[in-house]
Amino acid sequence: MFLLYLLLLFILIGALIAVEIHNLLSSVIAVGTIGLGLCIIFLLLGAPDLAMTQLVVEILVLIILIRATLASSQPDTYKGREFLAYSSTLLFILVFGGFAFFVSKTLPPFGEPIMSLANRYILEGWQKTGATNLVAAVMLDFRSLDMLGAATVLFTAIVGTMVILRAKGRK
Amino acid sequence: MILYLTSFLLFLIGLYCVAVKKNLIKMIVGLVIMEYAVNLFLVSIGYRWGGRDPIVVPDIYNLTYVSPLPQALVVCTIIIGLSTTIIAIAMAMRIYEKYGTFDITKIRKLKG
Amino acid sequence: MSGMGLIVKTITRLTAAIIFLFGSYITLTGHFDLGGGFAGGIIIAVGYILYVLAYGKSGAEIETSKRGLVLIMCLGLVLFLALALMGLGTGYFFKNFLAKGMAGEIWSAGIIPFCNLAIMLEVGAGLYLVFLNLIAFNVNIREEEE
Repeated sequence: MFLLYLLLLFILIGALIAVEIHNLLSSVIAVGTIGLGLCIIFLLLGAPDLAMTQLVVEILVLIILIRATLASSQPDTYKGREFLAYSSTLLFILVFGGFAFFVSKTLPPFGEPIMSLANRYILEGWQKTGATNLVAAVMLDFRSLDMLGAATVLFTAIVGTMVILRAKGRK
Repeated sequence: MILYLTSFLLFLIGLYCVAVKKNLIKMIVGLVIMEYAVNLFLVSIGYRWGGRDPIVVPDIYNLTYVSPLPQALVVCTIIIGLSTTIIAIAMAMRIYEKYGTFDITKIRKLKG
Repeated sequence: MSGMGLIVKTITRLTAAIIFLFGSYITLTGHFDLGGGFAGGIIIAVGYILYVLAYGKSGAEIETSKRGLVLIMCLGLVLFLALALMGLGTGYFFKNFLAKGMAGEIWSAGIIPFCNLAIMLEVGAGLYLVFLNLIAFNVNIREEEE
């Protein structure tokens, strides 16, 4: 448990550095360290499948962000503060914090989830699908429409990127 | 409880970065931080004290497993977050090619 | 973009095939061990990206392979949809119609290994295609027209 709290502190410090530093490349590398710390937290919370997926997605996002950052050549140098942005963010934080405080009284305590549906998946998951990996069984057999939606969204994003970055001559 | 609080703080840091900063790449960084906060919250909902990884050992029936339902949801969420980041970066590169800057105050003024 | 030094080029030639093998292993054993289609597909894409990063834009021959990548990506998604529609004949949409074997074998769990294979084709080819489009894009600031 001590390792978990240390990693949470590491993630919060990394996020503060990523937001406030002026050099763009350092900010992107700080986001990379948040992702890697999150991967180890997933491993400590008993989700190794998720840790593997989060690690490779993090590496890919880092490659793409560094490509976009190195294409330009300017740091973040806006001087001066805008009053409207700060005050609206503060208002939203107060409203959101109030709602979150009321909701947190109805959440189940940490470590004792409700599991009314997940108990059925654990008891019959292996007999009905024949798959030992329960996450794959839930993802691809009990809830496979979500996977179809995710694959279609990824396909749409890739085709959209090809259309936006098309380099043919324009009239 | 500390996990819920950390994901809440991380979400607020990401929201501050999107609303207040004036550089496009910083706004994309804030979007990525908000998405990590939501994934952390969803995975920590399904944890169980003394639970093991959700890989079934056949023919042994009294083991306690971590709930597999939030994990299946978060795998799809990570992929959809990757799609959003890819499209945002492509648009940012196109805006840089057209206006020559990432600063959003200058983008408002030029009619290029 | 230019490539990297001689050490990086030699190591890339040795390890790119092993990365491809590792990605296929994680995909094909996704139903009884960790992994699945998404993790395996992204690992394969990263293997190809390593090759392009080490040899430069002109060293790796990338102009001739974009059409094939689009074909593989569309084939992956169509295969996933076809597997879903094949269950419609005897039951419902996405019915698991193949046999469930013994646990821990590679030929088990019905339709799930083929779904993982289809997702691996789509994700691997698609993300490599995104990377090729990002590095082929010339960020030259357009001149103001008089």
